[in-house]
Amino acid sequence: MAVIEVEDVRRTFTVRTRNGRWRREKREVRAVDGLTFQVEEGECVGYIGPNGAGKSTTVKMLTGILVPSGGRLRVAGVDPAARRAALARRIGVVFGQRTTLWWDLPLRDSYELARRIYRIPDARYRANLDRCVELLDLGALLDTPVRQLSLGQRMRGDLAAALLHDPAVLYLDEPTIGLDTISKTKVREFLRETNREQRTTVLLTTHDLTDIEQLCGRVMVIDHGRLVLDGPLEDLHAAGESERTLVVDLAAPHPPIELPGVRTVKVEGPRQWLAFPARQSAAPLVAAVAERYPLVDLSVREPAIEDVIARIYTGSAAEPAR
Amino acid sequence: MAGVYVAVACGAFRRYSTYRAATVAGVVTNSVFGGILASTMLALWHARPGLGGYDARQAVTYVWISQALLMTVAVWGGGFQDDVQARFRSGDIAIDLYRPVDFQGWWLATDLGRAGFQLLTRGAVPLVLGSLMFELALPLRPLVWAEFLLAVLLAVVVSFGVRFLVSVAGFWLHDSEGVRAAMTVLSMFFSGMLLPLALFPGALGELARVLPFSAMVQLPADVLLQRRTGHSLVTLYAFQLAWAVALLGLGRVAQALAVRKMVVQGG
Repeated sequence: MAVIEVEDVRRTFTVRTRNGRWRREKREVRAVDGLTFQVEEGECVGYIGPNGAGKSTTVKMLTGILVPSGGRLRVAGVDPAARRAALARRIGVVFGQRTTLWWDLPLRDSYELARRIYRIPDARYRANLDRCVELLDLGALLDTPVRQLSLGQRMRGDLAAALLHDPAVLYLDEPTIGLDTISKTKVREFLRETNREQRTTVLLTTHDLTDIEQLCGRVMVIDHGRLVLDGPLEDLHAAGESERTLVVDLAAPHPPIELPGVRTVKVEGPRQWLAFPARQSAAPLVAAVAERYPLVDLSVREPAIEDVIARIYTGSAAEPAR
Repeated sequence: MAGVYVAVACGAFRRYSTYRAATVAGVVTNSVFGGILASTMLALWHARPGLGGYDARQAVTYVWISQALLMTVAVWGGGFQDDVQARFRSGDIAIDLYRPVDFQGWWLATDLGRAGFQLLTRGAVPLVLGSLMFELALPLRPLVWAEFLLAVLLAVVVSFGVRFLVSVAGFWLHDSEGVRAAMTVLSMFFSGMLLPLALFPGALGELARVLPFSAMVQLPADVLLQRRTGHSLVTLYAFQLAWAVALLGLGRVAQALAVRKMVVQGG
């Protein structure tokens, strides 16, 4: 069952710019321009795009705080803008750069308040809080005022607050921004667990592509208000025509290796870098190199997702690999 | 549902109670200012006895009551207003709409919680200190104190109503600091915080008595000084209540327009 249905959704903004002293010019900006996608229950979808691509506008429309200019939207079966308050009970929202927690009071107080706001039954509340406390390691922090928490601790606190009422959909906006590696790992593990165990549908907006690689089975790329890609992570590599790199160490310096379907990108003494299409197996290539050249050592480097995305954004897949 | 707002008010009370040093400093400030103003009033009433219908003892008492109400009723502005303004600047105001709670109700609850804490600290302590330093005309009957507390509650709601309107202006102005500064001046002057309104001459006095600001300091002080009793006390409550309802109603309209603007035009 689709939890999020987006059909040809558009959103235009009127921007007024000043021309000279009195004249003002009105200009229509299409922030979202004919967006169509569906997210099934229990999916975890990465939603990425450069700044100003229309990500936030989409999320605002999905949460009902912005009315679309056209098209059809349904989240958990309801029209978000028309039933914002009702929908608010069924969604969770976490912004990496904002907090819903009570700044001067212990973490526990914010949770107690959430229990009342969302009218969470006692047993559910206990179970959910216990689960979050355990997985997010919040036990020692419950009685600490939020203002004394580190960014990573606060973020974990915010995640728990957004999940106590069992939301059907969880929107995450840069949930790992500014966190150290350990905190990032903890947050990601928790999200993966929540998505899997609770079947919470997750829509994740981020610039940290590791989040996407580790959490999302599916990724949507938006640019200039349109979806330019929607599919499993592997599609991203295909769309970006990404290449893997075989690094070989030969017994001695050698002229660039020449093999069909392979580009020799760099030669540095006895070491050479060979680029080949990411979807192709490395085994025949390794065999061919070993057969014709004095191979001492080798390693295969996976394509960096950042590069792939950059290529999709710029639309030029022909850029030379590193 | 009321449980949420009670919890919010209790949370706000506890939140203010964590600012201990600020509270102590505030109590000292109120007490020192109370002492200075009370001495000034004594000198004035020696020169002009019976000014505005107050005797010297009542005038000094008025000063201490107004000091007790200054922070409780947030005559200067502040309280939840600081939080809302900060949320506009940071953009956090958008998350508030993700919560299934009423925006106005939420902030009214926090302001009542704040007022409760400040009444017990910055209200009560300076008043006690004042009564030790000066001879005050405070009532002995508990009923009068209860009547006073009701007037203070209504005063806080009226003050909230004014401040809420100023805060909601932030949806259009992005920063309501300018409006707030203007409102602070009006509020300090017309509430009776500086001088009892009975001292304002002619039309200015008439104007001051019909504006909502008089409900914040002048009227609760009149109740405690027992200048308004019986039928007159009922009309006083009616006046406060009418302004409270009108301002909260206007606030709701403004809030609906603001949310509409944000949702339709995109803020």
